[in-house]
Amino acid sequence: MKLPTLPKPPVPKRFQDKPARPGGAPKPTKLEQVREGGISAADWVDERTSLSGGLRWMMFRKVPKGTNWFYTLGSATMFAFVSQAITGVFLAMYYVPSATQAYESARHISNDVFLGEFVRGMHKWGSSVMVILIFLHMARTFFFGAYKYPRELNWIIGVVLVILTFVMSLTGYLLPFDQRSYWATIVAANINGTGPLVGPFLSDFLRGGGDFGATTLSRFYAIHMMLVPGLIAALIGAHLYLVAKLGTTAPPWQRAEVDEKLREEQV
Amino acid sequence: MNQREKEEYLREYALLKAKGKPFFPYAVAKDAVMMVFVMATIIAMSIVLGAELGPKADPTTTTYVPRPEWYFFFLFELLRVIKPPELVPFATVGVPTICMIMLFLLPFIDRGPERRPERRPIATISGILVILAMGYLTYLGAAAGSPNDIELATAPEFERGKVVVAQSGCLACHKIGENGGDLGPHLTEIGAVLDKGAIRRTLDNPTAPMPSFAGLPEEKKAAMVDYLASLKGEDASRIQRDNVEATK
Repeated sequence: MKLPTLPKPPVPKRFQDKPARPGGAPKPTKLEQVREGGISAADWVDERTSLSGGLRWMMFRKVPKGTNWFYTLGSATMFAFVSQAITGVFLAMYYVPSATQAYESARHISNDVFLGEFVRGMHKWGSSVMVILIFLHMARTFFFGAYKYPRELNWIIGVVLVILTFVMSLTGYLLPFDQRSYWATIVAANINGTGPLVGPFLSDFLRGGGDFGATTLSRFYAIHMMLVPGLIAALIGAHLYLVAKLGTTAPPWQRAEVDEKLREEQV
Repeated sequence: MNQREKEEYLREYALLKAKGKPFFPYAVAKDAVMMVFVMATIIAMSIVLGAELGPKADPTTTTYVPRPEWYFFFLFELLRVIKPPELVPFATVGVPTICMIMLFLLPFIDRGPERRPERRPIATISGILVILAMGYLTYLGAAAGSPNDIELATAPEFERGKVVVAQSGCLACHKIGENGGDLGPHLTEIGAVLDKGAIRRTLDNPTAPMPSFAGLPEEKKAAMVDYLASLKGEDASRIQRDNVEATK
């Protein structure tokens, strides 16, 4: 036998679905709302800066056919620099640039600070990696003839970046203030001093006086921490701008296949 | 490159670029893989090789090993290759400066339109030669090490000075007997050339790039001067030692 079904209890009014308004858009879901919020925030910035055009110009520019892994060496060098900058900031939190305390602070970083030796190792070996990468990048540019018209100026900026990288490693070598760095730096300053005309002035400037003293260390520290990293960052910006403006070079053996019909028309 | 070649290049490049793929995401993906590889290398080197901290810097030291970071070896080794003292400024400053100027001028020297390495024999060969020379000099610098050992025979009263000289890293640049480098003058017969006063003055007030030993404690410096003044050639050293042994 079949039981009679009970009628459903009436749903209170507030839980009843509202009838859709005629012509109204369906209510956006949570995800759509979040997306909408993000877009409007980006729009707010873009309305006031017009950054999106530049970003689109940088990111969606075309890279010629045939580029290969050799073309990643430049950005790899930049990542090495970024890694140096980040580890450098953490080292600077503990390092004391004074002749009496520099060595102790370096040892404190190595022995006591959490992950201190790891970060110091990353900074130390990162410099070697950066030097290798910048040389490989330069070799690629050289052998592919990528320094030729219209990219001459970008080559020159690159050479300045190579020199600044060497200045970084020269000044950074002194900072741990152990025997090796101390004596190597004395010889380096003396080597500068043998140069004609400006040599003695250059080595006096580096040492901060006629002798190697307390000012030498703070001078190297300031050059290593402020002057050169700022210059490198600015020049990387200029370098990248020119790359985007002039375009990534095509491999030298890559030839565009010109439409035969077009060629005939040209002739 | 003349105007026609420039325009030809720009046209060719525009065609290649039009056929290419957008930087994002294609090139960015490759760059990201490379970045992960670079970071992994740095982290692995930090973990495996560590960050060794030597003994504290000490101006009155006797264990002085002037070794630069490995990528400066090729500059350092240049000094060993170019020996005459009047050419030292040339090696220390001249060659690096010329190299730098050449790098800056490269795009103005090589203005031809050809970009393929196999069709630019002069540029390609000189590039390879520079890389080989730098590699060889770096290898020499790495192989030279820092010997702190003098094998030349010595009379017992000069043993103390010999130890000081060996520990002070003189051999990084100077040759005594069979040991040491060729960067500075040979010291095997220095005692026959300079007297004690002159040796002492040179140690206090040396010609660059040699560092001054003015800060060395008097006892060590005296031993050093005595030892250096006793160096009068290998034969003399042998005779000296034989005499000492004969009197025993």
